[in-house]
Amino acid sequence: MNAGHFLAIFISSIFVSNVILSRFLGLCSFIAISKETRPALAMSSAVFFVIVMSSAITWVVYNYLLIPFDLAYLRTISFILVIASCVQLVEMVVRKFMPALYRMFGIYLPLITVNCAVLGVAVLNTDMFFSKGKPLPGSFIFSIFQGVCVGIGYTLAMLLMSAIRERLEYSRVPEAVREFPIAFVTASLMSLSFMGFNGFRF
Amino acid sequence: MSILVAVLTLGALGALFGAGLAFASRKLAVHNTDLRLEKIMGLLPGANCGACGAAGCFGFAEAVLKGELSPDACRAGDESVKREIAAILGKKLDKSLKRTVVLHCRGGAKVAERYIYSGLKDCRAAVALLGGPKECPYGCIGLGTCVTVCPFSAISMGKDGLPCVDKNKCRACGKCVSVCPKHLFSLRTQEQKVFVACRSLDTAAVKRGYCQSACIACRRCEKTCKYGAIKVENNLAVIDCAKCISCMECVEVCPVKAIAVL
Repeated sequence: MNAGHFLAIFISSIFVSNVILSRFLGLCSFIAISKETRPALAMSSAVFFVIVMSSAITWVVYNYLLIPFDLAYLRTISFILVIASCVQLVEMVVRKFMPALYRMFGIYLPLITVNCAVLGVAVLNTDMFFSKGKPLPGSFIFSIFQGVCVGIGYTLAMLLMSAIRERLEYSRVPEAVREFPIAFVTASLMSLSFMGFNGFRF
Repeated sequence: MSILVAVLTLGALGALFGAGLAFASRKLAVHNTDLRLEKIMGLLPGANCGACGAAGCFGFAEAVLKGELSPDACRAGDESVKREIAAILGKKLDKSLKRTVVLHCRGGAKVAERYIYSGLKDCRAAVALLGGPKECPYGCIGLGTCVTVCPFSAISMGKDGLPCVDKNKCRACGKCVSVCPKHLFSLRTQEQKVFVACRSLDTAAVKRGYCQSACIACRRCEKTCKYGAIKVENNLAVIDCAKCISCMECVEVCPVKAIAVL
């Protein structure tokens, strides 16, 4: 466990394999809540919180519950359980303290539960930081750090997208591709540029 | 045996999280079971224009229920809507004043352009490029962003290159007021008939160079007004709505027709 590992996780989860633009996870909220910057930021912070919480809790569940009882095949269902609980908690907090934001999110807030970015990080953590059923040294810290970095990567993608779509509002987009179609085109162009971080192979 | 372990483990996890959430929901419970809220929501126009000051129609309904806003505060709804909301609350509505927006510019197509703009047909985008193509740095650019944002189709682009407000359709939601990058719209009651159709703060000589309709700050209106409602400040006449009684004397005396009638 040294600074190099942290740097590698940082760079790779924000840029090289950005959760949205390179791994193509969590596209649903990325397209739906990126029309304006403010809700996009709020959504990002909700997802950020859920990712960090769930990557900590899923590590504990995986290491102390699933591995000792030889239940690694229950990984997906138990992780979803953890994530759903986190999302419920976030939903209650948002509903209580930010009712305007709660209505703006609508269905997309409970949908963080099935946001594959969150499950993706949890699964990725167990794949990367466990070897033959044993946690690698420092794997708990790495898991949380990876959660934080993926959260930052998600926020970055959301901010870029919402900034572009805010500018897009100025232009008269043809009727047929207004709103979501043009957003998908934009997203694929952004994704191409993020693919550049992977380098080229011929 | 192993299936029992699996069931027990997942069951225990579920029970643990369930108990945690039950505790949290008790702590973070939200109480709103007022049926009138849904009724008011059903009546509102649903344009979410925000002119009332609340965050959308739902915010308005909540504020009305709490008594923070009067049903009259809704700018987009008809009189009948407001009366029905007042009836739900068991209140009586005061007579309200119909409001509209006016455009403080008479330049339009008559004002020359400094450069040939061929970008996005949107005023906000044009302003990002050296403050827009018009010679007058304060005047209307005429690309019609206000026309596109108006939720009630009350604004149309006139032949003179200026947006034209249909005051019968205008519900005074204020979307054009906030979207105009030159801040040329203002809200007022329809009783308030006169307004200064210029926003340029340049000196009279400079203004005459680019626009024949600009206020030249000659102070004739200021001297004519018996009620002290007009003052010339920063090379521009300003009407104090509280003092003005719409006697129209300033309109007649203005040599450049910069004071317009609604």
